[in-house]
Amino acid sequence: MSSFPEGLKYAATHEWVRVESDGSVTVGITDHAQELLGDIVFIELPKLGADVSAKQEISVVESVKAASDIYAPISGKIVAINDALLDSPEIVNSSPYGDGWFCRIVPSDKSELDELLDANGYAEICE
Amino acid sequence: MGHRTPLYQKHLDANARIVDFGGWDMPIQYQSLIEEHHAVRQHAGMFDVSHMTVVDVNGADAKAWLQYLLANDVDRLKETGKALYSAMLNADGGVVDDLIVYRRQEGYRLVVNCGTRDKDLAWMQQHAKGFQVSITYRPELAILAVHGPESIDKVCSLLAPDVAASVQALGNFKALESGTWFIARTGYTGERGLELIIPSEDAPALWDKLLTIGVRPIGLGARDTLRLEAGMNLYGHDMNESISPIAANMIQTIAWEPASRQFIGRAAVEKHRAQQEAGELPCLIGLVMEERGVLREGLRVVCTVNGQEREGVITSGTFSPTLKHSIALARIPVGSTDCHVDIRGKLIPVRIVKPNFVRFGAKVFE
Repeated sequence: MSSFPEGLKYAATHEWVRVESDGSVTVGITDHAQELLGDIVFIELPKLGADVSAKQEISVVESVKAASDIYAPISGKIVAINDALLDSPEIVNSSPYGDGWFCRIVPSDKSELDELLDANGYAEICE
Repeated sequence: MGHRTPLYQKHLDANARIVDFGGWDMPIQYQSLIEEHHAVRQHAGMFDVSHMTVVDVNGADAKAWLQYLLANDVDRLKETGKALYSAMLNADGGVVDDLIVYRRQEGYRLVVNCGTRDKDLAWMQQHAKGFQVSITYRPELAILAVHGPESIDKVCSLLAPDVAASVQALGNFKALESGTWFIARTGYTGERGLELIIPSEDAPALWDKLLTIGVRPIGLGARDTLRLEAGMNLYGHDMNESISPIAANMIQTIAWEPASRQFIGRAAVEKHRAQQEAGELPCLIGLVMEERGVLREGLRVVCTVNGQEREGVITSGTFSPTLKHSIALARIPVGSTDCHVDIRGKLIPVRIVKPNFVRFGAKVFE
């Protein structure tokens, strides 16, 4: 059974967003997404320093079964990326909401956060 | 709801993720495909392959009919229990299916694919006219494949001592029968192992006993990565009714001699063989990509033949859990060099190797 932590925002394309105290947001893929993908073997990380728009492809995840695009859930500048995923992509399977984060974005338009789903809303579309 | 094997409840009990596979509800994986893969390469794993089709062939003309039906020659089965891999071809030399045929004390046993069951049975009936042969589909049998370096010892620990001794002595590609159990040294992983064809009612108890002695359940996901590492073809992907066995690395499974044996598709594949020698028919090879990324079925292969750019296609691709990089089978022009694969618009260099990557847990190509 997938987990859908409260307090996160979710995109319908299976990314999660956590708003940090400094106003930046941390982005990753959901437990449901990693379950669907199965064992993840390669991750093409987002580009550090890139300006991205919401719904733009920022990363590719390759599992044994499939390749899957990851989209920016929100517009802004990528200020940090999780290098650990390059050598240990399986962290995303074991800790999708923790050590398996993908990047941090400083949002250019915070109102976009309101367009994302809450835990219940996201859980519903995963059924 | 799809068809279910006698082990369906056992899969649920083992937390399998169930998917539709050719109309059957089958386990794709239990916890981790990669861990299941390593369990087979390093220890022992069991696969429920009861969805596959067992067909028994008997009658005075059983041998003559199989010599007509199959591209390989059952005359090569000189003793009871011996097994042979073969294609069943159509008149155009396309592959109707690939299968294993075992010689029994009386008659033969065939194991054909799941997705091709109805087509195969109809094909067999259609081509049985004029032969004294009975063709019996055996849906009441279950098939459990147990593979890995520890698999034979583990299975034998559950058998009566005399049967265990016979199984231990069994050569590769050989089978024996003990009561209602048919036990074969065949499989689809590149490891030592057994395929047990047994009455459905015996399957759940055998599964439980194997589980107790540490044989791990393996889903269809790891079955695919294991067979691809072993360079074994998958029907419907690496070959089908419009692909010649010559273009699918199956030339060794065609028995050309005696020239007088008229099997279905013979004239066509003789032509294909000449075409391939002339460079007009592609071949199936192995590809290795040591960079990051995964080769996938359907990706375009760009290569060079005599200074000219030509194209091929990946027929099966995966990440190899044993080698930790991607491998694939691809159908490309004969004599290709300088191969690249088009991955999301980028041409990534790949190496051409013999289509055999891992045997008995270890890398086998240069």
